[in-house]
Amino acid sequence: MEKAKKKSLLVRYRELMADSQFTNDRTRWAGNVKKFILFAFRLVLIVGVCYVILGPVIGIVSSSFFSDADSYNPMVYLIPQEPTLGRYTMAAQYLNYGKTVTASLLYSLSLMLIQVFICSMVGYGFARYNFPLKNVLFACVVVMIVIPTDTIMLPLYMTFAKFDIFGIIKAIRGDAVNLLSTPIPMYILTLFGCGLRSGLYIYIFNQFFRGLPKEIEEAAFVDGAGTLYTYFRIMLVNALPSVVTVAIFSMVWQYNDTFYANLFLISNDIVISKRIATIEASISNVEKILDPNILELFVDAGIVLIMIPIVIIYILLQKQFIEGVERSGIVG
Amino acid sequence: MNKKKKKLTLSRKRSITGFLFILPWLIGFIWFYARSLFLSIEFSLSNLTVNPGGGYSLDFVGLDNFLYAFRAHATYKQVLTTSIGNMLIDVPLITFFSLFMALLLNKKFRGRTLVRAIFFLPVILNSEAITAAMNLIRTMMSGGISSASAEMAEAAAGTGVGLTYYIEMFSNLGLPDSIITYIAGAVDRISDIINASGVQIIIFIAALQSIPESMYEVAKIEGSTAYETFWKVTFPLVMPHIVTNVVYTVVDSFTQSEVVELAYNTAFKEMNYGLSSVFSLVSTVVTCLILVIVCRFIQKRTFYYN
Repeated sequence: MEKAKKKSLLVRYRELMADSQFTNDRTRWAGNVKKFILFAFRLVLIVGVCYVILGPVIGIVSSSFFSDADSYNPMVYLIPQEPTLGRYTMAAQYLNYGKTVTASLLYSLSLMLIQVFICSMVGYGFARYNFPLKNVLFACVVVMIVIPTDTIMLPLYMTFAKFDIFGIIKAIRGDAVNLLSTPIPMYILTLFGCGLRSGLYIYIFNQFFRGLPKEIEEAAFVDGAGTLYTYFRIMLVNALPSVVTVAIFSMVWQYNDTFYANLFLISNDIVISKRIATIEASISNVEKILDPNILELFVDAGIVLIMIPIVIIYILLQKQFIEGVERSGIVG
Repeated sequence: MNKKKKKLTLSRKRSITGFLFILPWLIGFIWFYARSLFLSIEFSLSNLTVNPGGGYSLDFVGLDNFLYAFRAHATYKQVLTTSIGNMLIDVPLITFFSLFMALLLNKKFRGRTLVRAIFFLPVILNSEAITAAMNLIRTMMSGGISSASAEMAEAAAGTGVGLTYYIEMFSNLGLPDSIITYIAGAVDRISDIINASGVQIIIFIAALQSIPESMYEVAKIEGSTAYETFWKVTFPLVMPHIVTNVVYTVVDSFTQSEVVELAYNTAFKEMNYGLSSVFSLVSTVVTCLILVIVCRFIQKRTFYYN
């Protein structure tokens, strides 16, 4: 009892001290120092981490401007003495840049649209409807996220090397079709909700739709909206944050993906990330440049060229993306 | 009874609609995932030969492929153990680093949007070719040269900050070796950790923002310090998302590990499909076991608000 009283007195004393009338210079000074130390600590940490992330990007951009002389000059660090654009022209020529990047962007854009459409639908189905075995099926979605695609790459390869639907195609054409070396396998997989990281997108949409109030749909139902109308015109519009998130993730990851492109032998003309892997060898063969240092500069220029579209998309949608990520259902 | 058959009740109607919504995925899952998993197991138990006209034939060989992988294969055991070892080192580091960074980024300060944009950059640039080129450039820059061959860069990197010097210093201080190795390993791969924790930071930021402000108000009124607030309010409420992050990190680090590379090369360069299936199946099972154990362990300590 006595102690409690004492304590409350102490608290009151502190409050009085904190009051402007009683604040002396020393406490204010100490507070400022504390604030400054925290600020400096945070600044150092953030700048340091940002440097670790941005450092290699700066390095790649700067060395893509190096001329041969700069590359051999040990005094040159990051800032070239005789900058040249030759790396870019050569890299663009060997990447067939204009054509490939358009094809690549179209390819990932179309897949992205399918991803958003299918995954949002499946996520909505899981979030709002009850049907038998729902929990088991949702566990299957989690299994899809957890089990890496690498485990099933062989059977997938075999499936599409000899593609058939219950023997129908064989009956019509006489033989199963080989879909490898075309982008069709990727479209089929995505259309059936098994594309690149579809499990994750379904999960995101599911979490988001579960967070929306049920009253919206009930109101729509009372007003006589059908299921599809409710879904497309009301739910999907409300789910815009997660749509943006999934759209950017799927677009960018698809653009960067080389795993599926290699597995299905998709042509270099469609997947630019795959093409960059061969640019070093082809420049070395055709142009007779044998020094790996110089060849690396061409690769750097090529990588800058590849990064440009993604970075532009990212900068344009950056604000929506980060807000979307924060509000969307990545978190349950 | 008869009436029920003719006219569907509302709940049954709804369940059918829901089923239609997930139908595309269900077909795909059964057709591609479930079937492929069974095929994978079948391949691993047999000797697969590709026929010249397309298609393949299987001879059942029992567990021979498994025995070969573990008894005779030159590198598999070693690759598997190093991959798992790396994973076990990385997961706690990435989880705590991303939690720490999320706490830092969640505070309001000038230029926050820019910093966040930079932090999510690795998520955007995670292409194989880009990562490879970046790793090369990073070693060169830390060695003080901006363009040189990889061998020269490595030699130069050695002259930069000498990690061995610090290791010696700490071991002279009498710290146990295992801790020093762990810390040295962590410092060594700091850039990998930063680059791998983009999505995890996003998840934690979202988690932090979902904590109701009233919680903090209560804590403040009760007179808790910032330290206490973190351990009594923030941490328990973020805890459920640690599981999500651990799962994501484990899966992510597994997909980028050497085991996968080995399995890919065995299948498509050495044309040994059975062995490749064994490699990927065994490593998947091991990963899943790790996931189950870790999740159980964390979940026991997790506090669920709802």
